[in-house]
Amino acid sequence: MGKLSPRHAVVDNNICVACGSCADICPMGAMEIVSGVFARPVEERCVGCGRCARECPASAIRVEVRS
Amino acid sequence: MNKQRRWYHYLWLWSIIYFSLGLVNILFAWLGLISFCLPLILAIGGGNKLFCNRYCDRGQLLRVMGSQAGLSMRREMPEWMKGRAFRYGFMVFFFAMFFNIIYVSWLVASGIQGLNEAVTVLWSLQLPWSWSYSSGIEPWVAQFAFGLYSLMLTSEIIAIAAMLIYKPRSWCVFCPMGTLTQTICRARYVPTIK
Repeated sequence: MGKLSPRHAVVDNNICVACGSCADICPMGAMEIVSGVFARPVEERCVGCGRCARECPASAIRVEVRS
Repeated sequence: MNKQRRWYHYLWLWSIIYFSLGLVNILFAWLGLISFCLPLILAIGGGNKLFCNRYCDRGQLLRVMGSQAGLSMRREMPEWMKGRAFRYGFMVFFFAMFFNIIYVSWLVASGIQGLNEAVTVLWSLQLPWSWSYSSGIEPWVAQFAFGLYSLMLTSEIIAIAAMLIYKPRSWCVFCPMGTLTQTICRARYVPTIK
């Protein structure tokens, strides 16, 4: 496994409407929709670019520094 | 990583075809039931929101208009519009309107009420639409078509307005079908440790 990006997307599952706009826009294919309930970033692929956060209509995604 | 364009990325064309067909012959409005049935089949049968995620023609149209054509102002939606009260309230209202269409169609079928050859936009503005209907079919069939076309056109107008003011797919936040299918998926969801 390669080195993880210093930043990554974090999804608030309570706000996410699972519309899939984040998965659609993600250039890395790093967003998956879990059972139609919420979006989840694939940590190994997410580079923390923030495109998903800008696209999310529910403002359920933010980009954070990995802990 | 380049994302390959797939056939479903062009489903936005279906929205344009659907509303165009309704201008020619209102009976094509019945095809709108696909947008009601398919999400439910996928949610109940598959436990997913694949329709919203891939196959929703409206979602694709909002993406094309809002993101690709740059028509969206991309403002943040007000908190109350993202809240559960509004989402579920709008869903109940929307389905009440849908069942009202069925009720009115039943009244027409029973002969209690005559056929209203009009498309009603935003539940108030009646547009004459008689050119798209030719007699010879059961009046209730046409009445349901007028009603469904009205509902589809009204929700399309609201979706486009939300796209223009807020983010491209803002409609998806309070889309009644999206809210319903997510509720179904949530009920079916069994968390797994990953």
